[in-house]
Amino acid sequence: MKYLSEYRDPEMARGLVKRILDTSTRRWTLMEVCGGQTHTIVKQGINEVLSDAIEMIHGPGCPVCVTPLEQIDRALHLATRDDVIFTSFGDMLRVPGSECDLLSVKARGGNVRVVYSPLDAVELARGNPDKEVVFFAVGFETTAPANAMAVWRAHELGVDNFSVLVSHVTVPPAMVAILEDPENRVQGFLAAGHVCTVMGWDEYEPLADRYHVPIVVTGFEPLDILEGIWMAVRQLEEGRHEVENQYVRSVRREGNRPAQDLVSKVFRVVDRGWRGIGTIPGSGLGLSPEFAAYDAEIKFGLEHIHAEEPAECRAGDVLKGRLKPYECPAFGGRCTPESPLGAPMVSTEGACAAYYNFGRVQAGAAAGANS
Amino acid sequence: MCLGIPGRILDRRDDAGLPVGTVDFGGVRREVCLAYVADEVEVGDYVVVHVGFAISKVDEKEAKRTFEVLREMSQLEELEWMADLADAAERVQP
Ligand code: SF4
Repeated sequence: MKYLSEYRDPEMARGLVKRILDTSTRRWTLMEVCGGQTHTIVKQGINEVLSDAIEMIHGPGCPVCVTPLEQIDRALHLATRDDVIFTSFGDMLRVPGSECDLLSVKARGGNVRVVYSPLDAVELARGNPDKEVVFFAVGFETTAPANAMAVWRAHELGVDNFSVLVSHVTVPPAMVAILEDPENRVQGFLAAGHVCTVMGWDEYEPLADRYHVPIVVTGFEPLDILEGIWMAVRQLEEGRHEVENQYVRSVRREGNRPAQDLVSKVFRVVDRGWRGIGTIPGSGLGLSPEFAAYDAEIKFGLEHIHAEEPAECRAGDVLKGRLKPYECPAFGGRCTPESPLGAPMVSTEGACAAYYNFGRVQAGAAAGANS
Repeated sequence: MCLGIPGRILDRRDDAGLPVGTVDFGGVRREVCLAYVADEVEVGDYVVVHVGFAISKVDEKEAKRTFEVLREMSQLEELEWMADLADAAERVQP
């Protein structure tokens, strides 16, 4: 019961847990796509209390974790230039590149600044006309409208010392890659509520149909996640495979149209590499040709920077659900949040860091490491 | 980066053509871009905010309804649970 003590409403959570356990006639395998949900699931021990009925596989839904090493190296290159102010969301600062991370560049005097909103980076460019301000535009569909607005705004205001290093990824192509994998074990998905707040859920319907998997659009509170799991389990038990919406207070079927419109104006669909997974066709966003002037890769000629990912990190297997983080030989030993080998150990939304921070005891015992 | 948090709009204004507003997150206040929800929100509404952008208006009716459904579900379970416990307790009595 210790895992339930943190719930805002333990009674309600307990009711849902019991319902899920009672409804399951066998053990089902579900994947939550979003790193924010991974964080909650592992922190609250939802995977532990449900483990008789459900195996939760933690999907690739942490944009920090999947940003390719190459893009990190490009960011590091820009951050060391004297004429550049490099801006980023805070959680990208500790992602290890081939040699170091943005935080250590900053410590050595590099002009690296954390922004809360991408519009802050545009303001910084307006206030520093003698510098080039580059923003690290990463994230899923949830972040894309904000990053699109920054580029649009710079364009509207004629701020030409602003550019973006883009590493945007989109969820549905990654789900297809997981489902197409011959070793796939995922039988149902919790889709990320905030991605669907922006995009709606139309694009998930063909997936549910073609691959016979229930997909439940799910929110982020523990009770949301439990209800999402329960809805997915009910579908599996009844032999249905539909898209259902648990997160009705934020998500509408058509999503946020004004946001979609600006995203499709500023960005276009491109192939994108995912750290630990490799290139997934059509799984990313890049700037559309009209906005090429804001593309940092073109502006600073970064195409020549390439990088090989270290073989020791098993992030690919973790992100595909083939390996639990604590089954990675480096977990908790050579790889910790203080000195991470791979991106899933860096972000608090990464599967490896979530297990390290909240699941240390069971994980350590299971891995035979960490007393 | 992925966490969207609901907050309440305290005021709204125009910043060189961009609708913005102050949003209160349980005491912490931030300036938020309202461009993507401009047509549907007023001061006092709750919005889900992600990296400085409101991406949806929180539907209060739906929020309440979901909560009620969850509560009913769990209360029912509580009663059944208590009944089970009472049964079990009876069985162990000599
Ligand atoms: S524990 Fe570290 S090395 Fe292993 S997969 Fe996770 S991030 Fe990579």
